[in-house]
Amino acid sequence: MSKHTLSVLVENKPGVLARIAALFSRRGFNIDSLAVGETEYPDVSRMTVVVDVEDLPLEQVTKQLNKLVEVLKVVELEPTAAVQRQVMLIKVRADAATRSQVLEMVQMFRAKVVDVATESLTIEATGTTDKLRALLDVLEPYGVKELVQSGIVAIGRGPRSITDRSLRTA
Amino acid sequence: MAKSAAATPSGSGGSGGPGSPSPAQVAQQARARTPIEVTGAQSLVLSLEAMDVDTVFGIPGGAILPAYDPLLDSVKVRHILVRHEQGAGHAAEGYAAATGRVGVCMATSGPGATNLVTPLADAHMDSVPIVAITGQVNSAAIGTDAFQEADIRGITMPITKHNYLVTNADEIPRIIAEAFHIASTGRPGPVLVDISKDALQARTTFSWPPRIDLPGYRPVTRPHGKQIREAARLIAAAERPILYVGGGVIRAEASEELRRFVELSKIPVVTTLMARGALPDSHPLHLGMPGMHGSVSAVTGLQKSDLIIALGARFDDRVTGQLSTFAPFAKVIHADIDPAEIGKNRRADVPIVGDCKAVITDLTEAVDSDIDAGRGGDYSEWRERVAGWKESFPVGYTEPEEASLAPQYVIERLSAIVGPEAVYVAGVGQHQMWAAQFVQYERPNAWLNSGGLGTMGYAVPAAMGAQVGEPDRTVWAIDGDGCFQMTNQELATCVINNIPIKVAVINNSSLGMVRQWQTLFYNERYSNTDLHTSVGSRVPDFVKLADAYGCAGFRCERPEDVDDTIRAAMAVNDRPVIVDFVVHRDAMVWPMVAAGVSNDLIQVARDTAPQWDREESEALEQDLDADHDGVPSGSPRN
Repeated sequence: MSKHTLSVLVENKPGVLARIAALFSRRGFNIDSLAVGETEYPDVSRMTVVVDVEDLPLEQVTKQLNKLVEVLKVVELEPTAAVQRQVMLIKVRADAATRSQVLEMVQMFRAKVVDVATESLTIEATGTTDKLRALLDVLEPYGVKELVQSGIVAIGRGPRSITDRSLRTA
Repeated sequence: MAKSAAATPSGSGGSGGPGSPSPAQVAQQARARTPIEVTGAQSLVLSLEAMDVDTVFGIPGGAILPAYDPLLDSVKVRHILVRHEQGAGHAAEGYAAATGRVGVCMATSGPGATNLVTPLADAHMDSVPIVAITGQVNSAAIGTDAFQEADIRGITMPITKHNYLVTNADEIPRIIAEAFHIASTGRPGPVLVDISKDALQARTTFSWPPRIDLPGYRPVTRPHGKQIREAARLIAAAERPILYVGGGVIRAEASEELRRFVELSKIPVVTTLMARGALPDSHPLHLGMPGMHGSVSAVTGLQKSDLIIALGARFDDRVTGQLSTFAPFAKVIHADIDPAEIGKNRRADVPIVGDCKAVITDLTEAVDSDIDAGRGGDYSEWRERVAGWKESFPVGYTEPEEASLAPQYVIERLSAIVGPEAVYVAGVGQHQMWAAQFVQYERPNAWLNSGGLGTMGYAVPAAMGAQVGEPDRTVWAIDGDGCFQMTNQELATCVINNIPIKVAVINNSSLGMVRQWQTLFYNERYSNTDLHTSVGSRVPDFVKLADAYGCAGFRCERPEDVDDTIRAAMAVNDRPVIVDFVVHRDAMVWPMVAAGVSNDLIQVARDTAPQWDREESEALEQDLDADHDGVPSGSPRN
């Protein structure tokens, strides 16, 4: 199995997310990560879906996605030709004794402290999945009390935009 | 969201009185494209009229009630009150499959809508263009588990081509227009429009045509020229090509184009269960139906071919058998309007996305110019071979030993007496396979059945819909005693609405196909397949049932009575006819490829492989050796 990142442009209408999520489960694909939001066109939403599949079933799922009436465009983003980011919020145990060490880690990973309490720090980190994994590894010894992460969002490198063309040609 | 033509308050509609404009007024104004003031329900009915809908099959209920009021006034739309919503759905399918036009059904919220689930799934599998309109509870009550509330949009997402929930009356004309557009274009399919009761009751404006707004829906219909040329190249280079024709050719209305292509290229043809009639059965190059119960020549033709030209077919497991051993020597040209079908089951060497009518036309042109240039393929040796199989292994049956009636004989006689202009509609099971094998189909849309989903109970309501769509044709439902009991309540609909369908119940007193499998694979342990409809008792007595419904009823139990009974049934034209053909219960469907095994292991009867003649069997073994390591898995056996 290999991970693939799909950017799916859809009409911004109720029920579209359910339709797409259902399509993945019905055809037997597991979604690793999913992020949805509006694009620069308010009537177009963009989903970034990471799936773990072989090439041939990926082709099938892409074709099935394209068949959905509300799907405008499906593009696979190659890891080397795209920027991928994920946000993580980590509540880590940190008292007077350990706080400075934790802050050092935060600096090293260019993360941010977004909340402080006597017994804990809440850290916001952005990056690739690998970088966030590494940060989490170094924080683990101090005690991670709570962890939440967003889906991956991804955008192609270079001047071209996937929303440029063929969105409003019907 | 995009607004349709601006609704300028013209003052023409709002006379202030409680009465709405009369249908005639409304129609006139609508034609003039002036927005008029109506209710959501009126807007719905006007939209249906504007889409040239002449028939709606349905049942009213609480949430859809507002729509039924203006329906009473419509002079264009005939509403046929069915007895079960499943009947409405299959009737819409039968109407669509027989005529090629979009079928329409209507139901209320909750149970009314969920009863449409089976026909929607059926239409989805068989690419039948239907539009289902359901009432939904008031928008404010959605999500509260209100009385008769069901999330029918959510429920039908995986079994419709598209579906809508409408809570704003202003959107009704646009969504109805979109629904019909989506249902009937590209790969056809079912579309459901769920409308909340308050949207039906709300005041709105109606104008036509609305602006369709479907930026994500762009079916490709014109095939790519490069792919056509590549296909023509493979066709010219092939030695053993075969046309694998599926239901897409029927839906694309491409039968005439297909016939021309076959006559030009002289390539043998198989037509799948969904494509029976796409090429006349009487055509000399027609090898019959492929698949689990296909003819030896069709199954073997595909297995031994070196090029499969698949047109509007989807390499279904019932056709391919074990996929890894299906047509092992064949390259594949796969043409379909749905890109997702191409390469789904079998890799295509030349994929062609496009409407079958356009694809076949373009292919004909390309092959024609190859022939003109002296580059045409020569398949005469291959044609001789397949013709030999066709002659040696016609689809036949053995007469039962006792004086009982062979079901195959009944269907054979039905075809001979009724003829190719009729419409034949089957349920699912043994009788369906026999109807596919033993009726001679000479034209498209003469054969309706539930192929993909395999819905028992399809026949009676679908025949009803077909008869409404084709009032001048004779419509015969060929049904089983099991299937018939699932939906025969629609006989009441037929009698009351003067829809004179004819039903041949092939009554073997069993769930026959299941019984056949129990005979073959479960040691003749007949668990729960005895229906008691003729052996030992008649529960129910189908002749009495016919009488109870006001239909003509006949029973036939002896071969010598078959012709007279069919003629007697044909003579009745003022009401539906039920004929109870009491047939031999141990009759089995042959040939057969057992589920999950290679098509090379086709059997013409129980434990009997085709007896190839010496020359042929050597040729077959050579073929097989070419691919396998000296293991001729398809070699003759007995």
